Amino acid sequence: MFTINPFSELTGFISPIAMQVYVITMVILVVGGTLLDTVHKKSAKYFFLNAEKAKAAATKSLSGGEKASIAFKTVAEDVLTSGEFCNPRRRVAHLLTMYGFILFAATTAIMIFGYTDSATPAILPLLWHAGALMLCVGGYWFWFFIRVDVAAEGNPWYRVVRADLFILSLLATATFGLIWSALQAAGAAGWSTLFFGLFIFASTVLFGGVLWSKFAHMFFKPAAAYQKRVAEADGSRDGLPAPADQPEQFGPGIKRLLPKNY
Amino acid sequence: MPTFVYMTRCDGCGHCVDICPSDIMHIDKTLRRATNIEPNMCWECYSCVKACPQNAIDVRGYADFAPLGHSVRVLREEEKGTISWKIKFRDGREKNFLSPITTKKWGEGIEDLASLPVPDEEALNSQLLCYEPDVLGYEGGLRELPGELKQGVYY
Repeated sequence: MFTINPFSELTGFISPIAMQVYVITMVILVVGGTLLDTVHKKSAKYFFLNAEKAKAAATKSLSGGEKASIAFKTVAEDVLTSGEFCNPRRRVAHLLTMYGFILFAATTAIMIFGYTDSATPAILPLLWHAGALMLCVGGYWFWFFIRVDVAAEGNPWYRVVRADLFILSLLATATFGLIWSALQAAGAAGWSTLFFGLFIFASTVLFGGVLWSKFAHMFFKPAAAYQKRVAEADGSRDGLPAPADQPEQFGPGIKRLLPKNY
Repeated sequence: MPTFVYMTRCDGCGHCVDICPSDIMHIDKTLRRATNIEPNMCWECYSCVKACPQNAIDVRGYADFAPLGHSVRVLREEEKGTISWKIKFRDGREKNFLSPITTKKWGEGIEDLASLPVPDEEALNSQLLCYEPDVLGYEGGLRELPGELKQGVYY
């Protein structure tokens, strides 16, 4: 199962061209959805207005090199290692989900565009399955235990709201993909077709629902993290006070508790 | 001045939901970020502003006395045990305050009241609060105001 390209097995009843057209359609839906989302929420307008405000309040101007260094730090700490999260469990779950999704999506595209009608290197399906499993581990951990609705709001895990569209469609895509692959490897033709249909439905909701879900956060969150770092470096600090220096240390400090008092 | 959340800073951790004594800080059903669902009912205790690890919560002044351009921002540094405030007025003036966080542990910094002897009947019927006036640190009972009060001034 883990070394078989599930898409090459499909070529009997779906042509490689049809699969490639589907992938390109999903990419267009993501790009279009993100642009519409930006226009609808006016997030780009807010972002640039905020940047202008920060520039006006800046106490020092940043050189090109400093900005490049901030961009590098943003990518290294905020994007690649999800440094924004203050809760380590959320950070680990996010890293699992993020890298799982990247592996899953990238290997899907490579296998569909490069290896539907030729022998697939074993590493590709292996990474595809590993990505889906990582997505499931991080995603279900988040859904049942870490999700703020459950952990801080005290809501039951089965209460679904619109904010869940992204995580649920993501989890459904990975889960149905894994089940479809397992059934295909086991030779259960009927069941495998059913779960392939569910897999396609879930992925279409995931990529087609960008306007209504939080899918676009993977594009605007890095921009917000960069802006936050620039505001700290140029002295505007988003209106926040400077770090304490008189006294720099008062008493032993305190330890933050997890928000689990519900 | 009720609170509001900068959505780009909030990471939806739930600390404000947990700490709000008025139970009005909640997680938005569409964005899964914190939001003040009922600003009119805000006690303005600033607990959420201080508790937010992302400094994502600010306070919005009522339009009649703090219109436009002001901000009240707070930086809580738990490891240092300090809390800093920066108040920016609409005319551009700024005031900065720095205070210690006075959180103390029950039973260590704060006396474990359950271990103290139960007050007698007379103390229970008294108008003084538990262990007053000793806990106020005044010897010989509560202080009395000297002389007659000035007319027209209420204390």
